[in-house]
Amino acid sequence: MAEPMLQVRDLHAWYGESHILHGIDFDVAEGEVVTLLGRNGAGKTTTLRSIMGLVSRRTGSIRYRGAEIIGERSDLIARRGIALCPEERGIFASLSVAENLVLPPVVAPGGLDLATLHTLFPNLQERSRSQGTRLSGGEQQMLAIARILRTGARLLLLDEPTEGLAPVIVQQIGHTIAEIKARGFTVLLVEQNFRFASTVADRYYVVEHGRVIDMIPNAQLEANMDKLHQYLGV
Amino acid sequence: MVTIFGKPLILLYGQLTLGLINGAFYALLSLGLAVIFGLLNIINFTHGALFMLGAFTTWALLNYAGIGYWPSLILAPIIIGALGLVIERVLIKRIAGLDHLYGLLLTFGLSLIIEGLMRNRFGSSGVPYEIPSVLQGATNLGFMVLPRYRAWVVVAAVVMCFFTWLLIEKTRLGATLRAATENAPLVQAFGVNVPRLVTLTYGGGVALAAFAGVLAAPMNSVNPNMGSNLIVVVFAVVVIGGMGSILGSILTGFGLGIIEGLTKVYYPEGSATVIFVVMALVLLLRPAGLFGRAT
Ligand SMILES: Nc1ncnc2c1ncn2[C@@H]1O[C@H](COP(=O)(O)OP(=O)(O)OP(=O)(O)O)[C@@H](O)[C@H]1O
Ligand SMILES: [Mg+2]
Repeated sequence: MAEPMLQVRDLHAWYGESHILHGIDFDVAEGEVVTLLGRNGAGKTTTLRSIMGLVSRRTGSIRYRGAEIIGERSDLIARRGIALCPEERGIFASLSVAENLVLPPVVAPGGLDLATLHTLFPNLQERSRSQGTRLSGGEQQMLAIARILRTGARLLLLDEPTEGLAPVIVQQIGHTIAEIKARGFTVLLVEQNFRFASTVADRYYVVEHGRVIDMIPNAQLEANMDKLHQYLGV
Repeated sequence: MVTIFGKPLILLYGQLTLGLINGAFYALLSLGLAVIFGLLNIINFTHGALFMLGAFTTWALLNYAGIGYWPSLILAPIIIGALGLVIERVLIKRIAGLDHLYGLLLTFGLSLIIEGLMRNRFGSSGVPYEIPSVLQGATNLGFMVLPRYRAWVVVAAVVMCFFTWLLIEKTRLGATLRAATENAPLVQAFGVNVPRLVTLTYGGGVALAAFAGVLAAPMNSVNPNMGSNLIVVVFAVVVIGGMGSILGSILTGFGLGIIEGLTKVYYPEGSATVIFVVMALVLLLRPAGLFGRAT
């Protein structure tokens, strides 16, 4: 079998003295939507940030399309075609909506053009001259997703894109993820809401105390509900 | 004789012009400091010394290479800007992320070294530089006689400030710079080479200081202390305008120059301190500065 698009092995990460990840292992195949589930503080965000090179101290192995990237600078990792939509959304207050949208440089051909993005997210076009942070929470989330779709990155790391949003917006984000999956993008998603995740995900990894403790394919989700409830404490 | 509040109009116009000229230098220098502070988070105490080196480079280009004022207006900022790139790469980069105090000590020490070396070589009184011939003399405007070189300095500074503002607020490169000022790690994680952007920004801020140095060269003598005399006031301007605000530093620079000029007319004894009084008031009432965003 060919090597998966993303292969994470024995990933450890630290913030200062605190040892946060204790050996994370998982794979993401090209074209898949894979979801990391886990309680608050389990280490999901830290895992995404480690892949993106945003955690200064990390060990183990992160291979992307066969290349080891764990020691690489984050801008070089981005240029390989990985993009992050951060948990706090990261919309820039000193930039307009339009400027936020085109801020990330194009790293490869094949990204969505502005016209397509404006069809997917009509609000962004209407409000293109507003200050980025004047958008509603939902609109900011769309902007944070839209701007990484433009860059041609093929592996998208989405950190809790539905957090704190109204059901209708959650639905719209669900459609967006389905749409980008149909276009062949690969998505590594962090979600607390596995009802939402079940509408888009192929597989789930459960993270606890900085380790991956289980993997569940979407087809076996129903059969594993009790176990999942227990893992997530819901 | 026409007077206003008991002062002759001629005197008022004269001091206002002087105020505008000082304001032009405050604006150019504080603009560079603001850009550098925004992205690098260091208070660049070397700024005054690099301004002085800009003036000396102008002098040296003429005396060693026969290159006159107008080419120097472009060449000196490029030369000193390049020196800035080296300073950032070799020294400032090493203290990135440490406490403000390290940046302050490093850049302050560096300015002492630069000024000391220049004083050794040129003495304290400095060397003369002639006003370019087209700008010599004065124009009679009817209500006052305006020395042409001074008018030129104000125009050049306004134009330079405007283009810097345009670059930062209206271009793609400027948007990247503003974004990196807010959240550099995220901008880097989008694929922007932020370390290079930081180096270029420092070089750009320093080039602005050198440009001001070229403008200053024909005004008094080109001397090793010209930077340190000015920079103390410029830091007050930056504090008043609000650290890191682009438009704020420009407006505050010109505004305080004018206030200083007016004080010279109405209360000459206070003219040397008025800016610091304003600074104290602003710090008390609006600690983030007039244009600064509270953090
Ligand atoms: N900058 C930081 N400095 C120190 N500790 C941190 C930092 N960021 C996160 N942590 C700690 O690391 C652990 C994992 O955090 P992380 O953000 O990865 O969790 P998470 O699984 O994403 O949680 P959530 O679902 O709440 O977003 C937590 O215990 C958190 O307190
Ligand atoms: Mg998180």
